[in-house]
Amino acid sequence: MNEIVVISGKGGTGKTSVTAAFAALAHRAVLVDCDVDAADLHLVLSPTVEETHDFFGGRHARIIPARCRACGACAERCQFAAIRQHADSGYRVDRLACEGCGVCAHFCPHGAMVFEETCNGQWFRSSMRFGPLVHARLGIAEANSGKLVALIRREARKIAVATDAALLLVDGPPGIGCPVISSLTGADHVVIVTEPTIAGRHDLQRVIALTAYCHLPAGIIINKADLYPEGTEEIMRYALARKVAVLGCIPYDPVITQAQLVGKSVIEYTDGPVSQALREIWDRLLSFQRKE
Amino acid sequence: MRIAIASGKGGTGKTTVATNLARVLSATCPVQYVDCDVEEPNGHLFLQPRITRSHPAGIPVPLIDVERCTRCGACSLFCQYHAIANLGATLLVFPELCHGCGGCARVCPERAIREEQRPIGVIEHGTAGGIAFLHGCLNVGETMSPPLIRAVLQQTDAAVTVIIDAPPGTSCPVLTAIRGADFVLLVTEPTAFGLHDLILAVEMVRALQLPLGIVINRADMGDDRVERYCMTEHLPILGRLPHDRHVAEAYARGVLAVDAVPAMTAAIQALATAIFREAAV
Repeated sequence: MNEIVVISGKGGTGKTSVTAAFAALAHRAVLVDCDVDAADLHLVLSPTVEETHDFFGGRHARIIPARCRACGACAERCQFAAIRQHADSGYRVDRLACEGCGVCAHFCPHGAMVFEETCNGQWFRSSMRFGPLVHARLGIAEANSGKLVALIRREARKIAVATDAALLLVDGPPGIGCPVISSLTGADHVVIVTEPTIAGRHDLQRVIALTAYCHLPAGIIINKADLYPEGTEEIMRYALARKVAVLGCIPYDPVITQAQLVGKSVIEYTDGPVSQALREIWDRLLSFQRKE
Repeated sequence: MRIAIASGKGGTGKTTVATNLARVLSATCPVQYVDCDVEEPNGHLFLQPRITRSHPAGIPVPLIDVERCTRCGACSLFCQYHAIANLGATLLVFPELCHGCGGCARVCPERAIREEQRPIGVIEHGTAGGIAFLHGCLNVGETMSPPLIRAVLQQTDAAVTVIIDAPPGTSCPVLTAIRGADFVLLVTEPTAFGLHDLILAVEMVRALQLPLGIVINRADMGDDRVERYCMTEHLPILGRLPHDRHVAEAYARGVLAVDAVPAMTAAIQALATAIFREAAV
C-alpha cells in the first residue's frame, strides 16, 4: 500500500480540490482528511458517517472553588498565563490557554485542583461514493491537532489493510507546523499544490525544505498556472534546481469553484481542461510511484 | 487598538487585507503590522520592510546535570508531553516535544535540572514606509508555533494601531495570535469551503468573547451563502472586496492592491472606517 499526502504550505492553493479529484480518479483508495481544524473534504465527498469517536488528546487543569484559598501558587507557576484572578469568582483556569502541563495541579498546596482528561474533538469513520473516508473535527479552539492527525492516519491505515486498499490518500493541513509534520511522517510520497504568486512560491520553498528535512520524495502541482506565467516559470526553475518533480500545471478556471459549490469533484463536474490536466497529473504521479 | 485579521480557511486573503489596511491606515495614524503566521509569513513580501533588528526566540527546555541526577525518573513521570524518557541508566530529553512548562525542573528532588533556551524561530523588526513592521519566522522542522507567536506579540507597540495577521485554522496557533486583540476581522470568500470554515472561525472568536466583523473577499466569485449566514447570525459585514483579475495579478507579483488598482484604496479605506465604527460599539 502507498500513502500519498497532499499539502501546500500556503492555504487556499487548492489542496482539497486536488485531493477530491484524485479520489475520483483512484481505484481502491482510502481517504483521510488531516486538516482537522478546518476540514473541508467532506463538503465535496458527502460521506455517510458510520462511526463517531471522541478524541481525548490531553488533560486540563480545573480549580475546585470550594477548596481554593486564593494563594496564587498556581498562577505564579503557569508558564502559559492561563490562570488569572477574577474579581467576582477568584482564580480560574482559562481552558483555551491551558496547555495541560499539570504544574499548577501538582503544586497547589491545598489540593484544590483537578487535572483531568478532556475531550478535544471527534473523529469519524465514513463511507462515500469513492470508498472509505476517515475525518475528524478538532473542537473549536482546541490543542493537540498533531495527535488527532496521527490517530486518524493510523485508523485509516487499519482500514486500508483490512480492505486490501492499494492507496492511502491524505488531504493535509496548511502551514509547516505540528499537524503538517504529523501528516507527513512515514508517508511514501508528498504532493505539493502551489500557485504562481510570490506568497505561493515563498511558502513552497519552506514546505520543500520540510519534505527534505523529513526525507520524503515530493512532486509539485502548479495551480492557476496561467494567472502569472512568469511566476510559473520561476517555480519550474526552482523545482529543477532543487531536483523536485513538477507533476503538472492546472489552468485558472472558475469550474473548480463551481464544482465545489455543488459538492462535486471537478472530475465529476466537467471534462474540460482542468480535469484533463488533473488526469495527466494523476497518471504521472502513478508512474513515478511505480518507478520507486 | 489591536485589530486581528483571521480566517478559518487559508488563502481567503488575510495577508492582502492586513497589508493593505496597514498601508491605508499609515497615511493618517501610526501603524504596526505584525505577522503572526509564523509557519508561512508572507506580509514582508508585500510591504518589503527594511529589517533593522533581528533576534532568535525560543522556549525553555530542560538540561539535566548528570552529576546530580540520581535517575529517579520523577521528571519523566511528570512530563505530560513525553519529552523526557527514563531509560534506567540514563535520561533522554526530546527538546522538540517540550512545551517549556518548567514542571520537570520543579519536581526534581536533586535540583539537577536547569532550563536553557532552545531557539525555535526568529523575530524581525523593521520599517516599511510609514509602517512599523514585526514578524516571526518558525524554523523549518519545528512543530510548535504558539511560543513564537507569544514572543512576537510581546514586542508589539501598545501606543499605536496594531494590525495582527493571524495564521489560518481554528486551533492553538490562531488562538494565540488573536487573544488580546480588541477586534477580530474574519476574511472569507463566498464559496462552500469559505462558509464552512467561516462558521468555525466565528465559533472560535465567540469562545474568546471578542468583538468581530466579516469582510467578504472575491465577493462576486461564488454565491450568496455567506451573506445569508451573516444575516442570520447578525454578523456585521464590514466590506466586500471585488474579484478582480488586476488585484490577483498584482498579488501574484507581490504588489499591494492599493498600489496596483486605484479603486482599491477607497474600498480599504471604507473597510477601515467600518472596523473602527464597529469596534467602538
